[in-house]
Amino acid sequence: MSIFVDETTKVVYQGLTGSQGSYYGRLNAEYGTQVVAGTNPKRAGIEVNGVPIFATVAEAVEATGATASCIFIPAPGVKGAVMEAAEAGIELIVAITEGVPAHDEAWFFNQLKRNHPDVQLLGPNCPGIISPGKCNIGITAGHIAKAGGPVGIVSRSGTLTYQALYELKQKGIGVTTCVGIGGDPVPGTSFIDCLSAFEVDPETKAVMMIGEIGGSAEEEAAEFIKNNMSKPISSYIAGVTAPAGKKMGHAGAIVSGGKGTAAAKMEALADAGVRVGNNPTEAGELMAEIVAGL
Amino acid sequence: MDLFEHQGKEFFAQYGMPVSAGEAVFSVDEAVAAAERLGTPVMVKAQVHAGGRGKAGGVKFAADIDAVREHAGNILGLDIKGHVVERLWIEEASDIAEEYYASFTLDRSAKTHLGMLSKEGGIEIETVAVENPDAIAKIWVDPVDGLTEAACRQWVAEAELPEAAVEGTIDILLKLYTAYTEGDADMVEINPLILTSAGKVHVLDAKVTLDANSEYRHPDYQQYDETQVRDEREAAAHSHGLQYVGLDGTVGVIANGAGLAMSTVDVVNQVGGRAANFLDIGGGANADVMSAALQVINNDPSVKSIFINIFGGITRGDVVAEGIIESMKRVNIDSPIVIRLDGTNAEDGRRLLEPQLGDDLVLEDTMLSAARRAVELAK
Repeated sequence: MSIFVDETTKVVYQGLTGSQGSYYGRLNAEYGTQVVAGTNPKRAGIEVNGVPIFATVAEAVEATGATASCIFIPAPGVKGAVMEAAEAGIELIVAITEGVPAHDEAWFFNQLKRNHPDVQLLGPNCPGIISPGKCNIGITAGHIAKAGGPVGIVSRSGTLTYQALYELKQKGIGVTTCVGIGGDPVPGTSFIDCLSAFEVDPETKAVMMIGEIGGSAEEEAAEFIKNNMSKPISSYIAGVTAPAGKKMGHAGAIVSGGKGTAAAKMEALADAGVRVGNNPTEAGELMAEIVAGL
Repeated sequence: MDLFEHQGKEFFAQYGMPVSAGEAVFSVDEAVAAAERLGTPVMVKAQVHAGGRGKAGGVKFAADIDAVREHAGNILGLDIKGHVVERLWIEEASDIAEEYYASFTLDRSAKTHLGMLSKEGGIEIETVAVENPDAIAKIWVDPVDGLTEAACRQWVAEAELPEAAVEGTIDILLKLYTAYTEGDADMVEINPLILTSAGKVHVLDAKVTLDANSEYRHPDYQQYDETQVRDEREAAAHSHGLQYVGLDGTVGVIANGAGLAMSTVDVVNQVGGRAANFLDIGGGANADVMSAALQVINNDPSVKSIFINIFGGITRGDVVAEGIIESMKRVNIDSPIVIRLDGTNAEDGRRLLEPQLGDDLVLEDTMLSAARRAVELAK
């Protein structure tokens, strides 16, 4: 099994007519994802790579039965796109777009929590979600992942996610689902959301968690792991040597006021029984050891 | 984007908050002229993106014009925590009876806004938090509801401010919340918020950080972008739209993706070297982007070797290799380059690089071995 998506997930792409949307929509479809619809209020009725375009998400859901959406809309439109998808009954919203203002993210996170508590929002500013061999929503290159499990991956960083998928594949280790939660200050889906889903997924036997400096999401995950996770976990935290006060690319990746350091996160995770690597390769090797011992 | 105090006060004033009249100046003569227009006494305040200005001698009271001349001369050029003072804010002096603290920021853990208010202002809030945590009244504000007057009133009551300051503080806090949300700030802080001897609540300092992602709906924020303090390398990278952070080592780092770039800096440091920078070239590693990145790194005199670490996801290894080869034709690189290329079409990419390899261009199989090689070459 996989978490959040599987081979039956039907996806509507908000922004499928744009250059990014049409490119990744096509790649996702070629991978085997059920790309059933796109939306664009001004271009309803046309097709993009054989996929019908509707004016609204509600019409796309009505016509195709889509339950997931993938957002490639430019940052100013993301707030509206997220709410449109939620109001149309979409259950999983994957927002790829980067550069969304933090106040918008905080607003729609709380709006969803209050009025659409069953909606799972992933991102914004995330690579998306892939269940190898079944479904790939977003910008991950599908062929770098090996299908079948037993490992689940959750990551705050895009390229490090790919690195993890690739290293596991090189070692012959498959992945049930790989979730990129994104590097923004208010991610729709947290480490804990993914860890708890992996904990109850029978095919996932171990979890690889990739964090980075800034915020306290990794420390909160460590607390959750200590109390709730029975499955073994390996981890890597990027930014061990990052200087304080400098934003390392991601809006959320900054050490400020002595908080959010990699050292504190690594210590919290190790304390919760997680095997922590000093670099991505080491975390991969630790996972290979874990898998060999399953 | 960090604002200088005077920019922060201008920002607050747009939302109707009471700030002192003043002028931003860049020389002693300008400081004197500003003080003459404002009328003495005035405060002479260093404008830098750093705290602890008072302790460092960057904030002075000037009773008359001679004092303005003396203080301005002393403060301009002063080094405050590595920030050299180039601009001053000359403002009307205030008569302070009491000092408070007020701020709003995002609580990433609670995923709501967090307001903090304390009757112990004028010192760093971190110090208050350690020494007297009960002196900070906190309020968590759901962004969907916003800050209501009733909630604000309750919050101010919890902070136990004196009666004379209550109404003025509520008025300022409601405006501060509006500035914070409508202005798309990551953080707004008033320290101190003062009660004057005349019984007025007044904003005496302003610390504001704006969300660069919101610039599209605040075209006037361009002015703040222009006054960000960047070193020469960061300014050059910024002009090419590259995500760059200057560090103090000798190994130049280029990687695709923020996480991988951060990780590359880590690995360079772990194998005994020191990275000269963090540089994320993002998803499109074409010749233009790679040339710009190499140019920026090459202009850094402390760089002795360059480590290009690329993991091709959607980005194809062969395209990256072509980009590197093309940019080496365009930019005359002074330092040896070590490349680690993995992921999509990495083998094609390595094959393309093969004929170019030599002392100045080295290919390594893994991130670790490439980091070791780059560190060795930097010695």
